[in-house]
Amino acid sequence: MTKMNRISALFSKAKEPILNVYTTAGYPHFEDTMTVLTALQEGGVDIIEIGMPYSDPVADGETIQQSNQASLDQGMSVAHLFTQLKDLRQTITVPVLLMGYINPVLQYGVEAFCAKCAAIGIDGLILPDLPMAEYEREYKAIFEAHGLFNIFLITPQTTDERIRHIDSVSKGFIYMVSSASTTGAKTGISSDQETYFERIASMNLQNPRLIGFGISDHSSFMKASKNASGAIIGSAFVKLIGQATDLRAEIVDFVQSIKGKK
Amino acid sequence: MSFQVDEQGYYGNFGGAFIPEMLYPNVEELRSRYLDIIADPVFQAEYDALLKDFVGRPTPLFKAERLSAKYNTKIYLKREDLCHTGAHKVNNTVGQILVAKRLGKNKIVAETGAGQHGVATATVCALMGMECIVYMGAIDIERQAPNVARMRMLGAQVVAAKSGSQTLKDATNEAMRHWINHPVDTHYIIGSVVGPHPYPDMVARFQSIISAEIRTQLQEKEGRDYPDYVIACVGGGSNAAGAFYHFLDEPRTALIAAEAAGKGVNSGHSAATTFLGKSGVLHGSKSLLMQTEDGQVIEPYSISAGLDYPGIGPMHAHLFESGRGKFYGITDEEALVAAVECSQLEGIIPALETAHALAVFEKLQAKPNEIVVVNLSGRGDKDLATYQNRLKLND
Ligand SMILES: Cc1ncc(COP(=O)(O)O)c(C=O)c1O
Repeated sequence: MTKMNRISALFSKAKEPILNVYTTAGYPHFEDTMTVLTALQEGGVDIIEIGMPYSDPVADGETIQQSNQASLDQGMSVAHLFTQLKDLRQTITVPVLLMGYINPVLQYGVEAFCAKCAAIGIDGLILPDLPMAEYEREYKAIFEAHGLFNIFLITPQTTDERIRHIDSVSKGFIYMVSSASTTGAKTGISSDQETYFERIASMNLQNPRLIGFGISDHSSFMKASKNASGAIIGSAFVKLIGQATDLRAEIVDFVQSIKGKK
Repeated sequence: MSFQVDEQGYYGNFGGAFIPEMLYPNVEELRSRYLDIIADPVFQAEYDALLKDFVGRPTPLFKAERLSAKYNTKIYLKREDLCHTGAHKVNNTVGQILVAKRLGKNKIVAETGAGQHGVATATVCALMGMECIVYMGAIDIERQAPNVARMRMLGAQVVAAKSGSQTLKDATNEAMRHWINHPVDTHYIIGSVVGPHPYPDMVARFQSIISAEIRTQLQEKEGRDYPDYVIACVGGGSNAAGAFYHFLDEPRTALIAAEAAGKGVNSGHSAATTFLGKSGVLHGSKSLLMQTEDGQVIEPYSISAGLDYPGIGPMHAHLFESGRGKFYGITDEEALVAAVECSQLEGIIPALETAHALAVFEKLQAKPNEIVVVNLSGRGDKDLATYQNRLKLND
């Protein structure tokens, strides 16, 4: 690796809470992918997570499921997404992650997939159904050869021992799932969740953490950011763009309001 | 070559546990404890007693004389249709509910296709006083209405899975999501030899009673404890896994699997996974999977709700790839003909799933002195509406 991964660079210099927004590729319309990314950046997002749609997204709730299906119905595929992102780095400077399920990656070919990601300027991957043991055995070397960070999830049920192990193999940040749930199942942050956030914060992990699931507005974003470097918004954003009439303006507005800049 | 699961949870190239972190604690707890739980003599005694007195085991091994005469070979039917609730599925649910109790769980979630696994789950939940929620594809709720009523009568909550093809695959997605959202008090009783390790192995062990009994019964009837062929239908593959289990390492027994070819293997309306699938990951394991070039899961089709699934268990993918198992694709029409034949020659109305296994006689060409055991996985009551409709029984 020649230069510092954009994710590491961001975390090392960030002074304010980091906002990571998830968006489904090819949603609401097939050709909207780059429009959405550009508007997110314009609004001041810190990291963008692009969802590669999948027919059977078991970790996702209804909102993201439906956006996945809508995108697939319009013909989206990994290959099409790569085509849409081919000039990504001409406009987008923030770190970009691809999020998705392992099967489409396997069919594309893990090596070819990673090479393509590196060529486009993708910084990392979130593949929730790729287990840690499997990653270490078969994928780690390939990901690292292409400078891609693999982002692991932890949940309130993850044991301290496993968290320490995840911390030792993680790069960039750890994705802290705020509660035992699928995406979009709950909104807001309860006091139980805050206790969990504090417990993890006190573990002094080597990697920074972003908190996701249930973050939907400025207040939940700030609450989560008290005990982490920032937070991730998915379903609330996907819901917004699914209903938007002026996509660009509404996205800019949304990002600014989450960050309290409005 | 081994046909059993290895330390990493693989059968050859297939298996593993491809699950999101949210499910890791539950699956890991199960993985680290299931073998000890099952091996415990107290567990064994409880399991055996329930199979005997509640399920009605052992099920008979019935010599089908008229079918034997027609196909000029010796055909035996392993009567899983006589299990309480009408199919083999209950062997697994009895085992898993006892496991769930030992894991300290008091709620059960399950998926179902034909409704047989849902009924078998609702039944053991009633027996043990556990809360039960069953996900079922909206289309299956319609085509297997009697089983929906049975589940509700047994006190289970039946929830329609409305995503995707609205069949077994989608019901399984919903059941997994439910488990993600209820990780502490709930055990997921998967209904076939699919899902993340250790499910395929655990379910196969609970179904292995089928082949254990076949061995003993054949010894009594034929003076040898193995058949030349064992035939079973494969949806996910649990009844086949159970019927094959004790013959996996018996080279004299050919293992024959019947998959649902729907309107024809190449018709675009099929569920014949070994013909149409390639290696992929669905529902937590790597196996053969019907999918697009992009890795999106293809919505399968079969007249039989229990076989209407785009994958097969990793054990079967390994049996296929290694050549140990032989797979046939049986069309809707062939299954219907076989269902009528079994009904009218033997007085047994089989489930539509089972009818796919019975349709293999036509293709097998077994010799007169050979012994063919077919696993009669379930009875046809639940399919009467389809039979009435397709066979014009009311005209
Ligand atoms: C009677 C019967 N046989 C077979 C099956 C298929 O399942 P498996 O392949 O797991 O045995 C079902 C599933 O619902 C069934 O009800």
